Amino acid sequence: MSLNVVADYAKEMRRKIISMLGLSGSGHPGGSLSATDILAELYFDGMRVDPSNPKWEDRDRLILSKGHAAPALYAALALKGYFPVEELDNLRKLGSRLQGHPDMKKLPGVDMSSGSLGQGLSAANGMALAGRLDDKDYYVYVIMGDGENQEGQVWEAAMFAAHYKLDHIIAFVDHNRLQIDGNITDVLSPEPLKDKWQSFGWNVQQIDGHNIEQIATAIAAAKQVKAQPSLIIADTIKGKGVSFMENQVSWHGNAPKAQQVEQALSELA
Amino acid sequence: MEEKKKIATRDAYGRALAELAATDKNLVVLDADLSKSTKTADFAAVAPERFFNAGIAEQNMIGVAAGLAACGKTPFVSSFAIFATGRAYEQIRNSVANPQLNVKIAATHAGITVGEDGSTHQSIEDISLMRTLPNMTVVVPADAIETTQAVKELAAFKGPAYLRLGRLATPQVNDENYQFKLGEAVLLRPGRDIAIFACGMMVAVALEAAELLAQENISATVVNVHTIKPLDNDSIIDNAGCCGAAISVEEHSIYGGLGSAIAEVLAENCSVPFARVGIEDKFGQSGSPDALLRVYGLTPTAVATRAKAVIAKKNSK
Ligand SMILES: Cc1ncc(C[n+]2csc(CCOP(=O)(O)OP(=O)(O)O)c2C)c(N)n1
Ligand SMILES: [Mg+2]
Repeated sequence: MSLNVVADYAKEMRRKIISMLGLSGSGHPGGSLSATDILAELYFDGMRVDPSNPKWEDRDRLILSKGHAAPALYAALALKGYFPVEELDNLRKLGSRLQGHPDMKKLPGVDMSSGSLGQGLSAANGMALAGRLDDKDYYVYVIMGDGENQEGQVWEAAMFAAHYKLDHIIAFVDHNRLQIDGNITDVLSPEPLKDKWQSFGWNVQQIDGHNIEQIATAIAAAKQVKAQPSLIIADTIKGKGVSFMENQVSWHGNAPKAQQVEQALSELA
Repeated sequence: MEEKKKIATRDAYGRALAELAATDKNLVVLDADLSKSTKTADFAAVAPERFFNAGIAEQNMIGVAAGLAACGKTPFVSSFAIFATGRAYEQIRNSVANPQLNVKIAATHAGITVGEDGSTHQSIEDISLMRTLPNMTVVVPADAIETTQAVKELAAFKGPAYLRLGRLATPQVNDENYQFKLGEAVLLRPGRDIAIFACGMMVAVALEAAELLAQENISATVVNVHTIKPLDNDSIIDNAGCCGAAISVEEHSIYGGLGSAIAEVLAENCSVPFARVGIEDKFGQSGSPDALLRVYGLTPTAVATRAKAVIAKKNSK
């Protein structure tokens, strides 16, 4: 798919994210908007998936380890055709398949439940091992937060992936430099992320996480790497695309009010 | 009881896994640097390509198992009970139990009979932790024969499960004809005066206690409650109801384990005088397994004494 088309999907995803969060009245816009371009490139270009067969054994998998960015994943899945787009309006409502954090038992297209930070890469390890045992060639993509990299389990998982040479794992760090209580380097610095991941045995690239072409190129390059897992540090802006949300820690976990939804949508027109 | 060969349930576990390796190609085993102690090394010896050492990193190990299960594998993960269920509790909750993934957590060195390593290594809370999780099946086999069958049944069963195993060699309570059925408690000895519900190695202790009681003309029922969840409510209600008195015996805290589970059922269905025999809000300590069982009141004599006290309550009603 052409990169322009992917960019169009990314914009439509952002509009859906804003609308669904406006309707739900709670949720996480900042980290959803920073991860949007990565998810758009994966679902509308990079990943081998078939929305009519969500449990297809040969599909690529995606684990949204930073599960609070669920609205971005849901927007991608709906636009891809896993479920009706109108269902996005049910985000976080009682009985909805669109839970506050992704639930693989409820929503088709969700490859792993998430929401408790630090656990996604471990599940990816298991999926990649299973793929190797079964002689399958699927890739397992993971999206982590930069604050999430403070979790010890991430580094247990990093060690495991490198030790077992899981070269079908391609993980992203959504490097928006913010977490709930402020700047990641003020709260508890996980930096230098690139050096850390490299020293843990990973192939590491660092890119502009809002540049579709760079995301696509980095994925292609990661697939060339053998016997080593790949990490892509995606430099991003939390709240990307909505002027009053960009780089604002206060928009981590607050839903926009009606008037803010209107303004955001006009900016994303 | 006749003197039979003592075997640790962990030994039976390793052997059962190794046996299953040939027939169940989906079986994958993970360990956290304790494979010689948990006996998963037996599986590694025959199926090295399906054995993965996760290193001393239990949280990741549980997540890896979740990912394997999400792709159709049947992972058994092992460590000591304290680390498997304690260190990785929230990983079990959110990555295994909630998404209902087919992960079997088979943990050894449960209870105080770990012995000399002391309280840091003696898990007395694991049944409680696992029992409280929705979707989780909890099995505590009484002996090697039951362990072998439970491993096979759990490998065939789809869904998260916790299998609690011991380090110590313990007596056999079942014979070769025994048929393990998940969720069905086993009446080992029928009696009239009190029902003794036990799990794990305490089943053998309960049988011995019943012998001691018989010498005093007290007739005790002994039930092996190998599946703590789903609990065999009917067996609990029937046997406690028939005897009009009951006790539970477990090598676990009296909070949250077998005793609590039975108390819940009895309180709601059939109130009879009841006592929980187990570890009473204390940590363990170093010592030989036998010495510890004595100090913590888990010997046949101690169990018989507790049983008599409950019977006295019944008779004074
Ligand atoms: C284990 C765990 N601890 C705490 C939280 C609460 N929490 C949700 S989002 C978040 C901050 C995440 O920051 P980051 O990983 O940088 O994500 P992003 O900036 O992309 O939103 C926290 C602490 C959680 N979900 N899981
Ligand atoms: Mg962040």
